[in-house]
Amino acid sequence: MKSRLALSDRFARELPLYLMILPAFCLVAVYSYGSMAGVIIAFQKFIPAKGMFGDQKWIGMQNFHTLFAMPNIGPVIRNTVVIALGKIVAGILAPVVFALLLNEIRNLLAKRVFQTLVYLPHFLSWVILSGILINLLSPSEGVVNILLAKAGLDPIFFLGNAHAFPWTMIVSDVWKTFGFGSVIYLAALSGINPALYEAAVIDGANRWRQTLHVTLPGIVPIVVLMTVLGFANILNGGFDQIYNMYSPVVYSTGDILDTFVFRLGIEQAQYSLSTAAGLFKSGVSFVFIVVSYYLADKFTGYKVF
Amino acid sequence: MHIRTSVSRRIFLVSNAVLLTLISLACIAPFINLLAVSFSDKTAVAAGEVTFFPVNFTTVSYEFITNSSKFFDSLVVSLKRTAIGVPLNLLLIIMTAYPLSKSRGDFRARSFFSWFFVVTILFNAGLIPTYMVVKSTDLINTIWALLLPGALPVFSMLVVMNYMRSLPKELLEAAYIDGAGHVQTLLRIVLPVSAPTIATVTLFAFVDHWNSWFDGMIYMNRIENYPLQTYLQTVVVNPEEFIRNNTDLSGNLSKYLSLVSARTTGAAQMFLAMIPILCLYPFLQKYFTTGLVMGSVKE
Repeated sequence: MKSRLALSDRFARELPLYLMILPAFCLVAVYSYGSMAGVIIAFQKFIPAKGMFGDQKWIGMQNFHTLFAMPNIGPVIRNTVVIALGKIVAGILAPVVFALLLNEIRNLLAKRVFQTLVYLPHFLSWVILSGILINLLSPSEGVVNILLAKAGLDPIFFLGNAHAFPWTMIVSDVWKTFGFGSVIYLAALSGINPALYEAAVIDGANRWRQTLHVTLPGIVPIVVLMTVLGFANILNGGFDQIYNMYSPVVYSTGDILDTFVFRLGIEQAQYSLSTAAGLFKSGVSFVFIVVSYYLADKFTGYKVF
Repeated sequence: MHIRTSVSRRIFLVSNAVLLTLISLACIAPFINLLAVSFSDKTAVAAGEVTFFPVNFTTVSYEFITNSSKFFDSLVVSLKRTAIGVPLNLLLIIMTAYPLSKSRGDFRARSFFSWFFVVTILFNAGLIPTYMVVKSTDLINTIWALLLPGALPVFSMLVVMNYMRSLPKELLEAAYIDGAGHVQTLLRIVLPVSAPTIATVTLFAFVDHWNSWFDGMIYMNRIENYPLQTYLQTVVVNPEEFIRNNTDLSGNLSKYLSLVSARTTGAAQMFLAMIPILCLYPFLQKYFTTGLVMGSVKE
């Protein structure tokens, strides 16, 4: 009797917690888990009129066979990985180098001004940034090509040339993200014990030696962590950016899984096929995310929660 | 004591300062160019004469926009979505983070709920299933399509939860001994001391709502329901359309038509859409930084 009383007592104490969590639980159950259950469309010959969980015809893996028999699926996967890898690598190198250089600036005001200026693109949407870039990079009236022409160089079709397009995406992504990305490395740099530098000076290390033997080892753990977590994005080419800047002439190198899924699903209304392509991406991404979180936990003790 | 700096060190310091100045300018120059274009004469813009200062200063592009109902319709949708969306996000974040910040002894279902929310960041259902759910809950063409699917930003919730978890136990025990229930403890003790984190996720939520465009594009069928960024996307992708769309509507716009171009009006609209972000910029810088460090580096 006593233990049951304790149990109901305990429940009474926990009840407010359940009630607090209930609204978010319901919304996530419907919109996130409802959508997850909706991936069954990938295994059906889906007819929208019958409704999402209606009496649809099951066709097993046929959508996946159709998908992987499409001539452009190979290039699309390749483009996705190439652009994503480029962004992962450049997205770590650029902020690290910037943080190291900024760390050498001793004038606090100058440091603050530099930071304020480079953070700005991070807070703006790809819609606005794309609008700006399309104008800046335009072959005829864009400022960049006008400058190139003044330097006696041929104009570059940054967004209209299949060779240039992936590079344009990687570089413009670095432009948007490197400033703010450096915050985390600057935090790590400021956390390095000054005694280590003093010891290095006593040992006769010059500035370069100090950087090599004190500064770099000091930020290696965070660089490892960001690299490992970065691989969770191996199939994220960056929909917002690419969708707003690509065009059919650069599909051969610029079409990524997300844009492919979008055109298939929304523009061509091939619901089952699009869901299958999306599920392929989510499945592979899931593995990468779980493995990268596992490795991050194992090597650096990083925990999501 | 005077520390001598070697010649090579001095060369490095100077070239470093120059390099960082150039990098910073590269980040800001496109926006100055945008502002200059929006205040310039359309022929000067088309001729590529405008770099960082307006050429033949004029405000016609802005006058054209103030007379455009499309821009204002979408602005209203964006303001509405931000005004409802940010408090909604915040409410759900707090109401979820608090229970999950409890120890397993105090809230036995904690593990289950934690995983329940974390799974949603591990696995993405994809475009079509999400669209179908929004459609079958009858949200298409309503503002709720932009609010409910992302009502709980899970990453922000985890940031707040981790912060609440790091609060000293004595604080909460004292409240418990004084007879405070969960709701009272949350409102009187946990929330006030969590203010910096709450500020961070509020800004996250604001930037997210203000910058979102994709949901507007797929869930809204009519252009008058588009939020600002979705509407801007149509301007960016199809610049001439904005001018065309606005010509047949109201007569008072026709007098501007010979004066503005898609470039100048586009630049003006993009700049106007940047203003809220610019106003919040000092706070964004301060709190995003703390939020980022908190969210990524944990004990």
